[in-house]
This record gives sequence, C-alpha cells and structure tokens, in this order.
Amino acid sequence: MSTEANTEKTIVLDQDGHLANLEDWNEELAQDLADHEGIGALTDRHWEVINYIREEFEKNGDAPSIRKLTKESGVSTKELYQLFPKGPAKKAAKVAGLPKPKGCI
Amino acid sequence: MKRLVILGAGTAGTMMLNKLSKALDPKEWKLTIVDKEEEHYYQPGFLFIPFGIYDKKDVIKPKKKFFPKEAEVIYSAIDRIDAEQNKVHLDNGQTLYYNYLIIATGTEICPDEIEGMNEDLWHKSIFDFYTVEGAVALAEFLKDWEGGKMVLNIAEMPIKCPVAPLEFVFLADDFFKKKGIRNKVDITLVTPLDAAFTKPVAAKSLGGFLDEKGINLVTEFNIGRVDNEQKKIISWDEREVDFDLLVAIPTNMGSKAIERSGLGDELNFVPTNKHTLQSEAHENIFVIGDATNLPSSKAGSVAHFESEVLFENLMSVIHGEPMKQMFDGHANCFIESGNGKGLLIDFNYDVEPLPGKFPIPGVGPFSLLKETRMNHLGKVGFKWLYWNALIKGRELPLESQMSMAGKEMPDIEPQKTKTLHLNHH
Repeated sequence: MSTEANTEKTIVLDQDGHLANLEDWNEELAQDLADHEGIGALTDRHWEVINYIREEFEKNGDAPSIRKLTKESGVSTKELYQLFPKGPAKKAAKVAGLPKPKGCI
Repeated sequence: MKRLVILGAGTAGTMMLNKLSKALDPKEWKLTIVDKEEEHYYQPGFLFIPFGIYDKKDVIKPKKKFFPKEAEVIYSAIDRIDAEQNKVHLDNGQTLYYNYLIIATGTEICPDEIEGMNEDLWHKSIFDFYTVEGAVALAEFLKDWEGGKMVLNIAEMPIKCPVAPLEFVFLADDFFKKKGIRNKVDITLVTPLDAAFTKPVAAKSLGGFLDEKGINLVTEFNIGRVDNEQKKIISWDEREVDFDLLVAIPTNMGSKAIERSGLGDELNFVPTNKHTLQSEAHENIFVIGDATNLPSSKAGSVAHFESEVLFENLMSVIHGEPMKQMFDGHANCFIESGNGKGLLIDFNYDVEPLPGKFPIPGVGPFSLLKETRMNHLGKVGFKWLYWNALIKGRELPLESQMSMAGKEMPDIEPQKTKTLHLNHH
C-alpha cells in the first residue's frame, strides 16, 4: 500500500458499509464512495444534499430522514431517489461519510 | 391551586392520570385530562378483528370507567398549546392554564401522505387495521374473499407497534389455511426496511418464519404512490408490486395540534429527552408514549415503562429536586405467530431482542424469541391485565428497566468492518 496520491488506497468501512472513521472523509473520497455505490459523477444537486446532511449531522449527531431532507433541503422526494437510487437517506449518508441514520426503529 | 394538565387519554395519558391522582394532594392540585373521544380502545386487539377473532365490542370501553373521580375530564379536541404562556386552547373554546403539562397525544395513520392511497379503493380494496373502522371493514372484506394477491405494505418508519405487520401476515397465513384457500392466496410483505424487522437477531428468526410459511418479502421499498386503476403500489424508484388486496400501514404522524403548536418534528412527534422524558424545549412539559420522538418502539408496553420513569421525574421536578430516573428504551412485545402460538421479545435502546426465558431466568414461563403456546396465552391474557391493572396505573410485576438476566447471547458473527480498495486514476 502506498500513501501517494493517484495510486491505490484502502479505507475502512463499518459493519453497515458506511465510512468507519469520519475524519477519513474528503470531497475526493465522496466521489470514490459514489462510484462504489453506482451513483456516478456527483453533480451540484448531489452536493446540495451532501452538504445539507453533513450540516445536520454536525448539529444533531444523526443524518436526517428522507422526510426531513425533502422538507428542508429544497430537493423533492422524486429527485432525491433519482440522485441516490434505492434508499436516499442511507445512500446519501454513505457518500457523505456519515454512519447509517438511526432514525427508524 | 396548582394545575396539571394531561393532553390525550389513551393508554399513556390514562396511566399517568391514575398514578398522579394518587400522589398529588387534591387540596393543592387540580388534575385535568383532555381527549376528543369518549371511548377507550384496546389497540393491541385491532390486529385480531380482521380475522374474526375479536369484534368491535372486545376492544372498546367507555373512557370514564378508568378515570379517578377527583380528576376533571374535558372531552374536546385540542386547538393548540401555547407553551410560552403555559396554556392550552381547546376546540370547545376553553383555555387551560397549567403549571405542568403532559403530552400524550399519540400517533395516527395518515393515508393522505401517500398519493392515491385515500382514493377510490380506500376501504374497498385497500384497508388499514390501525383504526377500528379499518379493521372492521377489512373483516367484512375477508369474510367473502376468495383469494388473490394480498400485499401488506409499511409506508415508512416509525410506525406504532413495529411487530404488528409481521403478526398480521402470520395470522393471515393461518386464517387462509383454516379457510382452505391458502393455495389461492399469495401473501407478500413489502417493507422499507432491509429485512423483516429492524433488529438483526430478531430479523433473522422472524425472517425464517416468513420462509416457513411461504410468505414473500420485498425489502427497501419506499412507497411513492398507489395506482388505483392497475391496482399496484409503486416505489419512488419505480418498482411495482401488484395487489388484489392491499393492507396498508400508512405514514404514522403525531397529532395535528402538535404541528399547530410548533412543538413537533417533521412527523409532528415532540422532541423529548430520551432518558428523562422531559420536553427538549420546555422544562414544565413532559411527553409520553407514541407522541414522543424517542428512538424506542411505539407500543403500550413502552408507554407503561415510561409512565414509571415520568412519574418519578415529574415528582422530583415538582419538589425542586434533580431528576433521578432514566428511561432505557425498554419494550416488551408478544408476537402472534399463528396457529395458537406466539413469540415474546424484550429489548431496549442498546440491547436488541435476544433468546432466553422471561421474566424468571431459566424458568419463564415465557420464552424469548421462540414460538410457544405459552407466549400466545400471554398475549391473550394481556387483554385482561390491560383493562384491569395497566391503564388504572397499578403496579405490574415487571421492572421498568430491562434486565439481562435470563437472556442468552446467540452465536452471531461479531460485527465486522470491511475495507474498500479504491483505484485512483
């Protein structure tokens, strides 16, 4: 393994497949995680969601639910599912380097 | 004269009223409870109505039977709480000032939250069983139904009684078998979760029951709309499931009065301290039961365990002392599995449901996470206990804190971390 840029690197994920160490995250890694999730190139709309949920996580210690996302981020539910197919709350949290949202019981 | 107001006279509110009326001196305190309905529903019984096991009269009693005589009872809907001014405006025009307020306004199903759900097919081919009207209408429908595709859909979490959808499909399997039409019914559970239940050990065991009973499971399905013409539910990511009969568990939300009061989150649940049960926003407001935003199950057993913690903490606050009781998220739920058998799960915020014996370690009589006749009898017997002890605020021989005694740690793989190799260009 090398620490140089532009070569292979290894990151640690938790049991849910989310980034294990929050401090490993950066914008470049977000794109890598998005590729890994099959989301493809991150657009400005993706970034609006990612930035919003990172702010929420800093405030509340948890990534927001889809309902909260659509109510407060200005992105509709339909678009959220287009941006982050299958579970937007979970997928967006993965790309944003945050743990699986605790929300649902 | 000081005044304590309880909003909502369901399971949680009624329990609190009974506990407090015994503890607070009537010369010093006026106790008031507000609810729009005069009838008390035994909600765990709704599950049995569609299959003709219970009918309406098994689950309804007049609320006034369960109120202490000293309490003031007001039957009215709530307009809004003005928490800054310590007052509540009611629909009947009354304004109640309070020193302390307990919010126990519960949760309700909101079929309007899902496009196409509350339209042509509602209570014709689409039924809920979270209201007595829905459960009775579904019983009528099932009486003559000759089979087809039965789909049970959970719209989104959280829902009241997260085990109820599983119980429903287990009982349906049993019901159609006894009717001799099981081979004509295709049963599918469609859930937004990634497994049959939220907690891994229980999900594995409960998922096994689904397989055994030939019940299909569709996971990670977030319903976006109902197509009334084609009779199908469609997810936000455009996956489709056809139905002839849709048993719907629509979005669960807190009371509209909470929204009007500006006291709720995006689902109108009240942000509540998960250990003390005090409102996050106001020191003289406590919240209990389904109305809270706690990461615990929305269930009567949880409200019961909360009631003991809330009672002690409220008394501490009244006496100017620090709060000592800490709620641990304890839940205890019987799960009907059909054919006169059942399971029992016991868990809290940190410990997921595990196998073992309950309440006496090694003895039981109930078995945790295992299908037995005794667990079914426990569920049936609970109805008597509910009407005669629980909502009257009597002590039950159950600790409000969950105990690890009698629980076995199963051989599960330790939670693993993975590594991800990334190739950079």
